[in-house]
Amino acid sequence: MPEYASILFSEVLKILMLLVPVLVSVAMIVWLDRRVWAFVQKRRGPNVVGPFGLLQSLADALKYIFKEIIIPASSNKVIFILAPIITMTLALISWAVIPFSEDFVLADINVGILYLFAVSSLGVYGIIMGGWASNSKYPFLGAIRSAAQMVSYEVSIGIIIINVLLCVGSLNLSDIVKAQENVWYIIPLFPMFVIFFISALAETNRPPFDLPEAEAELVAGYQTEYSGMMYAMFWLGEYANILLMCALGSILFLGGWLSPINIFPFTVIPSPIWLILKILLLFILFALVKAIVPRYRYDQLMRLGWKVFLPLSLTWVVLTAGYLMYFDLLPGN
Amino acid sequence: MIAHAVVFYIFSFIAIVSAIMVTASRNTVHSVFFLILDFISISCLFIMIGAEFLGMIMLIVYVGAVAVLFLFVVMMLNVAQQKNEWFVASDSSSHIPIGLLVSLVIFSELLIIVGGWKYKAELQDSININLNFNLTNTQSLGNVIYTDYVHLFQLSGMVLLVAMIGAIVLTFRKRSGVKTQSYLRQISRERNEGVELIDVETKKGVKIDA
Repeated sequence: MPEYASILFSEVLKILMLLVPVLVSVAMIVWLDRRVWAFVQKRRGPNVVGPFGLLQSLADALKYIFKEIIIPASSNKVIFILAPIITMTLALISWAVIPFSEDFVLADINVGILYLFAVSSLGVYGIIMGGWASNSKYPFLGAIRSAAQMVSYEVSIGIIIINVLLCVGSLNLSDIVKAQENVWYIIPLFPMFVIFFISALAETNRPPFDLPEAEAELVAGYQTEYSGMMYAMFWLGEYANILLMCALGSILFLGGWLSPINIFPFTVIPSPIWLILKILLLFILFALVKAIVPRYRYDQLMRLGWKVFLPLSLTWVVLTAGYLMYFDLLPGN
Repeated sequence: MIAHAVVFYIFSFIAIVSAIMVTASRNTVHSVFFLILDFISISCLFIMIGAEFLGMIMLIVYVGAVAVLFLFVVMMLNVAQQKNEWFVASDSSSHIPIGLLVSLVIFSELLIIVGGWKYKAELQDSININLNFNLTNTQSLGNVIYTDYVHLFQLSGMVLLVAMIGAIVLTFRKRSGVKTQSYLRQISRERNEGVELIDVETKKGVKIDA
């Protein structure tokens, strides 16, 4: 029995060592998002709490913790409380398979990319449950919109992932990174990277695709009835998902933990730092898009997903497969 | 090994209980949530026997897409109310016998499957797939589906495609009076089609909507 206990203890320790930095970086990333947003609009953004306003998110979180949690009388209470918990949990468990370096990964499973895809496709439940259980018009409309949106954009993300997998020949995330040692996939698969980036925006309900919480029409969408800590959990889960999508993008297209050039000054920097830098780069792009682009109309969003991205990525699958087949480059087993 | 058995029993218990709750719970939306729980625990069971690819596909396809649409329909239609009306209304007698017949057929089919389990060994011999146990199950599944039996696979794909197109044809209707945006027309508009310069005579004005 003691060996079971020690295994359990070391595993829990490993999980904590991954999750605590993720949560802290989620808080920091919210600050970064607001700063970039303010920078583009020639405002200052949060700059009061702590140096450069770095502690703003902590102050916000503290505020949320001490606010009253209001559960609407006509809501479905169990599901209402479950919804933010599910959002948060799903956003955090997907970090288990992200490889930070060659041997720094919590669970190096064979079907890592499928696991990520499955967990992100479950993410829609937090939103639907929250919207339905609130028993109110705006949250329900927001939830329905978001469900349709996430299901549609998952299709194109899945096909883009197939493109990368064709080149790699494995579903393991570490193998995907190792396959990019010669050339990052952003170069041969650049159009797919663009589509992936836009689909990731839609998948995480970021502007310009933030229709589920379009404040001009739906108050705050599915979050309307939430308050206090439960709102904060939705909010943290959302940002953790955004970070995860950035991590997925950097693993699939930007070579994960690999350094850009394999020569002296770059190889000194440890590989997790490279991954973090790439995640940050993608996140700053996300934040810039939020500040620059106006919101899409709902039918335009659906048209973009089904009539533009899906045929484009399908065609690219055929092209990639044909190219690999013709030049006999298919990764064998 | 004990830990494995314990986890197995936990997941199978959750699966069975949630399967019962799908039919037993009064709120239809709760039924769908129990169905989702059932799917998730079954995919955990798949992963436990080492079929991690099937487990993940189960999650992606059934939980991530099919059950979302279920939930959509159930939430929109308010099925719970309708169901009660069916049982209370006088014309309910037309629904119940058909439902009983369908469930009887399904039940007898299940019986036949359980009975057919006896011939499992012979069936496996007759199919004769050469499995390489060094490959991951993703690769061996890919070999069987896309290399050995690719024609059957494509045939079933065609059947599904026909069903899909059929469903679209049945539900598609052209509605008149719906405002839609035509990108082609918007882009190909010229200045002289949209703007007209008119010299307005003093004290006479001009009629715009001519």
